Amino acid sequence: MKPVFLIKRFLFLILVIWSAATITFFIPRLSPRNPIRERFVELARMGGFSPADLEQIVASYSQRFGLDKPLYQQYFDYMSAVFRFDFGVSLNKFPKTTVELIMEALPWTIGLLLATTIIAFVLGNLLGAVAAWPKAPNWLRATATPFVLLMGVPPVIMGVLLLFFIGFRLKLLPLGGAYSIGTVPTFTLEFVLDAARHQILPALALILGSVGGWVLSMRGMGVTIQGEDYVTFAEHKGLGPFTIFRDYYLRNALLPQATGLVLALGAVVTNGIVVESIFGLPGVGRVLDQAIRSNDFIVIYGIVLFITIAVATLMVAVELLYPLLDPRIKLD
Amino acid sequence: MATVTAVPQPQFRQPGRARLLIGYLRRNLSLLIGLVMLAGLVLFTLIGLLTIDPKDAYPLSVPTRRPPSLEYPFGTDFFGRDLYAAMVVGLWQTALIGVLAGAIGTFIGTVLGFVSAYFGGWVDNTIKGICQILTPIPVLLIQIVIAGSLDKRYVTIYTMALIVVLLAWMGPTLVIRSQVLSMKERQFVAVAKLSGVSEWEIIFKEILPNLLPFIAAAFVAQVFSAMIASFYLAVLGLGPLREPLLGNIIWAAQSQGAFFNGWWWWPIIPSVAIVLILGSLALINMGLDELANPRVRRTE
Amino acid sequence: MPPVLQVRDLQVTYYTDSGRARALDGVSLDLNPGEKLGLVGESGSGKSTMALAMMRMIKPPGRIEGGKVVVGGTDLTALSEEAMRKARLSKIAYIPQGAMNSLNPVIRIGAQMMDAIRAHNPEEPRAEAEERCMRALESVDLKRSVFKMYAHELSGGMKQRVCIAIGILLRPQVIIADEPTSALDVVTQRQVMETIDRIQHELGCAIILIGHDMGLMAQFVDKVAVMYAGRLVEVSRVRDMFTDPKHPYAQALIRSLPSLENKGVFQGIPGLAPSLLRLPSGCAYHPRCQHAMEICSRAVPPLETINGSRQVACHLYVEKDLYAEKA
Repeated sequence: MKPVFLIKRFLFLILVIWSAATITFFIPRLSPRNPIRERFVELARMGGFSPADLEQIVASYSQRFGLDKPLYQQYFDYMSAVFRFDFGVSLNKFPKTTVELIMEALPWTIGLLLATTIIAFVLGNLLGAVAAWPKAPNWLRATATPFVLLMGVPPVIMGVLLLFFIGFRLKLLPLGGAYSIGTVPTFTLEFVLDAARHQILPALALILGSVGGWVLSMRGMGVTIQGEDYVTFAEHKGLGPFTIFRDYYLRNALLPQATGLVLALGAVVTNGIVVESIFGLPGVGRVLDQAIRSNDFIVIYGIVLFITIAVATLMVAVELLYPLLDPRIKLD
Repeated sequence: MATVTAVPQPQFRQPGRARLLIGYLRRNLSLLIGLVMLAGLVLFTLIGLLTIDPKDAYPLSVPTRRPPSLEYPFGTDFFGRDLYAAMVVGLWQTALIGVLAGAIGTFIGTVLGFVSAYFGGWVDNTIKGICQILTPIPVLLIQIVIAGSLDKRYVTIYTMALIVVLLAWMGPTLVIRSQVLSMKERQFVAVAKLSGVSEWEIIFKEILPNLLPFIAAAFVAQVFSAMIASFYLAVLGLGPLREPLLGNIIWAAQSQGAFFNGWWWWPIIPSVAIVLILGSLALINMGLDELANPRVRRTE
Repeated sequence: MPPVLQVRDLQVTYYTDSGRARALDGVSLDLNPGEKLGLVGESGSGKSTMALAMMRMIKPPGRIEGGKVVVGGTDLTALSEEAMRKARLSKIAYIPQGAMNSLNPVIRIGAQMMDAIRAHNPEEPRAEAEERCMRALESVDLKRSVFKMYAHELSGGMKQRVCIAIGILLRPQVIIADEPTSALDVVTQRQVMETIDRIQHELGCAIILIGHDMGLMAQFVDKVAVMYAGRLVEVSRVRDMFTDPKHPYAQALIRSLPSLENKGVFQGIPGLAPSLLRLPSGCAYHPRCQHAMEICSRAVPPLETINGSRQVACHLYVEKDLYAEKA
């Protein structure tokens, strides 16, 4: 791996973060009203803050959005704050900072998204590969079809429908929340099981909503790979069907799929957040939901920046891992 | 094959074309089902507009929290909206946002993609670079920032469409760009250039007609993603709250704990509606894909 | 000595939308141990179909409709799917045409040799199998280090050698090399052919070399078989074939070879290769044949032995009185 390449990707990452920060900096200023100032005035009018607290909010506010300084100065301050990972103090949950709020919620979100994405990716690719594999039995190849049909249903809607059928009608699983009302988060088996039961429906919604996409792209990929000479030669060598499927067909078809996974990261996070907010799970989605409901703009912008940085960083990081998957790729 | 058949010409033409189209649709099942579903939704809206009072789609018009019945086929919600009326108006509005944003996005994308690919050089690098930098940014989040910065009282379905389109032209730009690039290399363009046809004539007479299937496919894809984007914004409570947009209704239902309170029809009706409309678009999109790119056909 | 390979009346048909294509129409062939046969013909004449049919690798819409392929006493066409899988590479090996893409790009060369051994002898100890791969690599003039390399790190000639090394791993009795040098430059072509020649001597196996390049073929094979439209039209010793071809198509092929004497005069074969979907009646070559007779459009000439050592399928060489009797 050449250092020039690393530097290039790093610069690209900086550029992405800078663009996102710039957008979140200018949009509120382009708006005919200044939502943050309005919110601030509203807060001050309602009271409930000690003068010292208010001072601190004012300090945070004028540092990031203060209109007393020239625009370029504001922009510079804002940027340096972003790159120091300082997204300001919540207007609604003072004195918590945006980063603190995100960090509290993050483990839930990461757990849910990691698990569902891995399951959907593995399941979708296996089904898609089998669907394109002429030697697989027909019933096995047909299992992929229902997932493809579900593709047009966004995960949120899948969530609502699952809530209705499994949660409401059959009463098998809870209707929302992270754990039953009245329980206190502890590390007991009972609590963990309770929390897990609450995660099943949202997880299912996210999985069912995204498996079809992987099935479809993998099936297309598989058809192409089958025509490759090395698959034919593997048969000439007298290899068993399982070895050919795993080492010659799947290994090669998976490479473009890994790229697809990187490109889908944005959608994964987006779907995750919306599903979290619909199910009332204590993840970043709910923080965002509450921020939207209470006009907590600093937190809204903070979450947007945070997620953008996270997604862009992940993309570049996964890209650096490609050579492990494909020996042909040399990063330069 | 020199035998002359004695079929009179005028009779032969019209049914021939229609039969061809039907024959094609029968093979391209996804396009057919998608179109039928879409036609059904249009019919629902048309019949609906004749039978409802659009005012009933707004709060405080009818008794609240009625389950589906003969009088209110889809029930009524917590705020006193007739969900049947709300579906008629909401489907139409949701579709309008999608089509508006889709059309504007496709137009911007086509122009930018064209300019980028046709003129190349720094123009291409700039446009391509901007697209690449914006791609890792989850579009919905930026839309959240924009929608969040606006006063919800003044957000209309037109502002929704604009918010969505602001960051949704990169897809069509890249698609059209790559198509124009490959078309530029093809022989008919080279021949036209050599025979002294002017740039504008090449663009409008040679390249554009060949691009049409791709533009059509990009448009449907764009309507689809614009609808999802506006739907997500509304589900997060960032839509024009007064309007009976499908996403708004689901957001309101979940905010009031519809399932906990047993008002199941409230979130389910708009969910089914969005599944139908998105499903029909997805199917049409798949069908058009096959039309624009016949190579896909062979993979079946 | 009994022949190591006997092909009897092999028939392959492709069922396409526009009709049935007879890709192989009753081909019979014998090959003795240590014999090298060159199989030539235009594109679409059925050379590659022949190779695939012998490996039982014809894929739908194609089907082996009849005939036998006997290797060392085993009738391959009678084997079960699993037994046939085991027979590939161990009894009859195939060295592919497009060596450029015939190796899996994402796993090491060594792994692609080891999996071949594993598929046939799962019990063979790892160290032993590895040593066997190394020796195979050395025998095709490759370094042992190739074992640990990836396909993209090798040149075209080296990739082709790896394919040969894989082909000889299990010491098969018959090797089919399908245009093994078509993607290589002239110098590498010669080196690869010399390698194949040497390997064949070491193993004592029979080789079928499929190709267009008559010149290259002339230097390496013992016998040449000419195919036309799914049938063998002539099988002769290489010297006979080049000095005195019998079948008019073989004559045209030899004439079309460039030489110093007819420099500047390019002699092609008039007419086009027939479509397998719509073969001419009788002898498929008759519309292009200079010597075509009335009988040629009516009856398919059988492959007959003439002058003791060569086989020709042409009405020109059938005893005239044979027809006189019939008439």
